[in-house]
Amino acid sequence: MDFLRPASWEEALAAKAEHPTAVPIAGGTDVMVEINFDHRRPEYLLDLNRIGELSEWEVGEESVRLGASVPYTRIMENLRGELPGLALASHTVASPQIRNRGGVGGNLGTASPAGDAHPALLAAGAEVEVESVRGSRLIPIDEFYTGVKRNALAADELIRAVHIKKADGPQQYSKVGTRNAMVIAVCAFGLALHPETRTVRTGIGSAAPTPVRAKAAEEFLSAALEEGGFWDNGKIITPSVAKQFADLCSAACNPIDDVRGTASYRRHAVGIMARRTLTWTWESYRGTAASTEGVA
Amino acid sequence: MRVNFTVNGRQQEADDVWEGESLLYVLRERLGLPGSKNACEQGECGSCTVRLDGVPVCSCLVAAGQVEGREVVTVEGLADFAKQRAEHGGCATGACGTPGGSGTSLDEAKQWAAKGHDSQTGEGGELSSIQQAFIDAGAVQCGFCTPGLLVAADEMLERTPNPTDADIREALSGNLCRCTGYEKIMDAVRLAAARQSEAV
Repeated sequence: MDFLRPASWEEALAAKAEHPTAVPIAGGTDVMVEINFDHRRPEYLLDLNRIGELSEWEVGEESVRLGASVPYTRIMENLRGELPGLALASHTVASPQIRNRGGVGGNLGTASPAGDAHPALLAAGAEVEVESVRGSRLIPIDEFYTGVKRNALAADELIRAVHIKKADGPQQYSKVGTRNAMVIAVCAFGLALHPETRTVRTGIGSAAPTPVRAKAAEEFLSAALEEGGFWDNGKIITPSVAKQFADLCSAACNPIDDVRGTASYRRHAVGIMARRTLTWTWESYRGTAASTEGVA
Repeated sequence: MRVNFTVNGRQQEADDVWEGESLLYVLRERLGLPGSKNACEQGECGSCTVRLDGVPVCSCLVAAGQVEGREVVTVEGLADFAKQRAEHGGCATGACGTPGGSGTSLDEAKQWAAKGHDSQTGEGGELSSIQQAFIDAGAVQCGFCTPGLLVAADEMLERTPNPTDADIREALSGNLCRCTGYEKIMDAVRLAAARQSEAV
């Protein structure tokens, strides 16, 4: 095994081009487990810790450019306003020690269907900035996950940053596990209201081969909200609408039975989380809408 | 490969390090610092918790090569570390809240070395307040989880001098104790916090 230690992003891209089998390591919270347990013996480890810019973020007009290695702890502490869904998801990651090291770039690189960040990214809307010596490209988050622990990266590409849309409305995140800390999701659900476009986006984790959106549920809910004038009148969501939304979210799952839970439990739990997160976000939206009206 | 880094304020050099080796292995097997415990090797248990540039991490998940030029504090150096912090006010490495802030670290390291404390084994050094509180509260049973808990609890008290029970539980949520001693551990951290606020 060789340990490659690029001092700059350009050096890292050159190293990855020269050694496409090199495994990038940043927080190490996935890669080191595989090495410790002898599940993986990469020819090259490509250490990204020396590249300071990967741990930085920029808040832009419409989105946040989040460096691939920004630890979850920093996201929780600094980006709760701009990225509430991702901040909530970050808080559910493992333990403080793991959140101090792990980041969204690693979650995307591993592309586990159980990765905690994915539902939040899908719900908020995001693009993954990847680069190789051949150039840079932005991959829409919906096209990023291609299979169980597979993603759209080419062999010579590295994840540089994620561009996540700043919240324009309430966002929520929910995760089922046996305790609050140190838990891999049995299943997880992210929901974002987008009042500016009058749309709703979802993300489901650990209930299909890849993280997925419940697109039929999103379309149904967006249409129902529009039709009832909910965005303007700020009324309570009709229970039948919430139920239908939950059912459609359950239907978007394609889960398996495994040690953490059964397929039918996952489908059921996703429906519950969909209904709850819808209530939480909508109550928050109504609160905001009411106070805005009050000011006007 | 060779790895150069600072451990408990002293410059160290580890040779013949395998590229896939963890920081934990280097500390225990190459530097003879067995305080950090090796249990799950997958970041679940927190027994191997150390400070890396001031930040608590599982040393089993840090690749040895990643610590080149960086600063590590283990449980063996915790008493000295806490003492330095008390004397300087705030954080002993200057690294809290500002990752990579290694500007003062060499000076700190020299100070530590000049004091003649044996910070490699902890022998001859006083205990930090969190260590004393663990003893006084009876928070140590088999002792395997203790080093990780001490490092994690000490860091929390540095950030949050007057923690609520929820703060303590969250800060220690990545440290498992299988003797079911959590209540005594909670007592110990509360005790250390109370003594700390009395001392101020």
